[in-house]
Amino acid sequence: MIELLRAVLVAPFADMAGNPTFLVEVLLGGIAAGLMYSLVALGFVLIFKASGVFNFAQGVMVLFAALTLVGLMDMGVPVPIALALTVVVMIALAFAIERAVLRPLVNQEPIILFMATIGLNFFLEGFGEMAWGANVKKLDIGIPDTSFIVRGVQMNRLELTAALTAAVMVAVLAVFFQRTRIGRALRAVADDHEAALSIGIPLKTIWIVVWSVAGLVAIVAGIMWGSKSGVQFSLSLLALKALPVLILGGFTSVPGAIVGGLIIGVGEKLGEVYWGPLVGGAIENWFAYVLALTFLLFRPQGLFGEKIIERV
Amino acid sequence: MIYRETGQFKTTYAADQAIFPIVQDRFVVLLAAAAAFVVPPLVAGEYWLQAILIPFLVYALAALGLNILTGYAGQISLGTGGFMAVGAYSAFKLSTAFPWLNIVAVFLLSGVIAALVGIVFGIPSLRIKGFYLAVATLASQFFLIWLFNKVPWFVNYASSGTITAPGRRVLGVMVTGPNATAAARYVVALAFVAVFALVAKNLVRGRVGRAWMAIRDRDIAAEIIGVRPLRTKLLAFAISSFYCGIAGAELVFLFLGSAETQAFDINQSFLVLFMVIIGGLGSVLGSFLGAAFIIVVPIFLTNLPHMVGLDVSVALLKQIELMVFGGLILFFLVVEPHGLARLWQIGKEKLRLWPFPH
Repeated sequence: MIELLRAVLVAPFADMAGNPTFLVEVLLGGIAAGLMYSLVALGFVLIFKASGVFNFAQGVMVLFAALTLVGLMDMGVPVPIALALTVVVMIALAFAIERAVLRPLVNQEPIILFMATIGLNFFLEGFGEMAWGANVKKLDIGIPDTSFIVRGVQMNRLELTAALTAAVMVAVLAVFFQRTRIGRALRAVADDHEAALSIGIPLKTIWIVVWSVAGLVAIVAGIMWGSKSGVQFSLSLLALKALPVLILGGFTSVPGAIVGGLIIGVGEKLGEVYWGPLVGGAIENWFAYVLALTFLLFRPQGLFGEKIIERV
Repeated sequence: MIYRETGQFKTTYAADQAIFPIVQDRFVVLLAAAAAFVVPPLVAGEYWLQAILIPFLVYALAALGLNILTGYAGQISLGTGGFMAVGAYSAFKLSTAFPWLNIVAVFLLSGVIAALVGIVFGIPSLRIKGFYLAVATLASQFFLIWLFNKVPWFVNYASSGTITAPGRRVLGVMVTGPNATAAARYVVALAFVAVFALVAKNLVRGRVGRAWMAIRDRDIAAEIIGVRPLRTKLLAFAISSFYCGIAGAELVFLFLGSAETQAFDINQSFLVLFMVIIGGLGSVLGSFLGAAFIIVVPIFLTNLPHMVGLDVSVALLKQIELMVFGGLILFFLVVEPHGLARLWQIGKEKLRLWPFPH
């Protein structure tokens, strides 16, 4: 018993203290991985914030964006034009989703809309693979996946780029939400659909805008994940990776997605490296969920989510 | 239906509250149930029983379980696959550790074990609600599958990590394992589903079911009128997991024969959730309709090109199948968000007034 407690409570920390360089590497790896999760979680947050829809298809949107980009590049289209075309495709997708899914289902219960996005998930998966093929593709837009060493700590260029991109994106989104006219309209819709409608904010346009923005975020996430691990079906499973980030940070908070991502990423890496061997490894599938669950027990709306006030 | 309740007067409350208050309904349902036991084993071929009817019954049971939790008690769960796995692995352990134990008892006991696990994973529902809970239940899904993968004790230290249903008899007839006929397995599955559908129907229209629905509709209000959230929610998790556990055990013992943890992955959870939503939340009948729809549609889609004489590659077929499947789900949600059960109900109302709707 004492042995076990020692192995769980003391030995990992001794390991950490014993090799600080390695600890820093693990931490950095966690931060980088966490930011990559945040990129996916951001798309969820945007859509949930503006329309209350829990968009399960975000993971597939990432895959779809990446597939489109790679497909276009394989056809010999230069990178900037391919990017622009992908943007157009994602915006067209937003229009289509609004018309075919959201508009007929307006005012339905959240779980019905959630189900609809799972249906969308299947549809896009089939459609994307039919249009662009199902085999693993390499996405290379000129970010080298190589490492360099700073003061004995290994860092990866790609992960660094992803981290910077995430930071820039959050800043841009924050400005977009706080400073622009349409951002203000988005916040109004998020606050109260009816009140927003009554002062003349067009819901339809708002939804299209928000799904388009989520599509753009999906492109960025697709590029980052695609260059890291290739464009393949497993990208759509990212949604499952982003969910703990999402509940940890709160469904309605953009900074929450980032902080949640960092906590999950670092926690996951630390758990995997220092505690994983105790239970036979391969814990990354559920560890993030349990971590998020622990936080949720204390703050049921996530760290930064809006406090849920219930009246009878 | 085309018959009406005219002339059937109720003289007791019990008669008034019967599940099928109309005589003809009772008659038709009993007849249908009897036919379901007798006709398919005699008429249907091996393929029909094995590929369509048995999975339909197994998944109908799982959908019933999830419908109790999600449809009646309002707790969205994505952990169905995990609970089914608990049932399957318990049934495997029980039947191999106690070979003399009757397989029916094994199924029931594995349901009980799944129920206990369900209670443990239901505890967060007391604080966490809505989609936060849905995501939190994914923790149980991933954790349980990982556990069954990692601990070799669960598979009796088989190096392949596979659990295989041993052959067991009920009333002298082999019902599980490789030597059981599809007809025998079908009858066992049907018996379980029939009994537990009846139990579910009676649960949800009694005190327990009303407490669940009160919690679903407005939990704080329910608490104020004296429904205890702790007991009600955990009971919903327990009973739902009990059903899912038995369904999981049946999945391995009656349908697949042997399975690995992949058989219970996250897709199973979604599949069962689809059945519940397409069939109709908060409807026992809906669980059956949903299960039938989700089981039959992919089989139909796979066979359709052959029927019309098209030759399509397997990969393309898979993709088209995904697309059509997703599209159909969207279509059904748009047409009738309350599911097939509601369509059935509307149809019945129409027929009742037919041919003079005014």
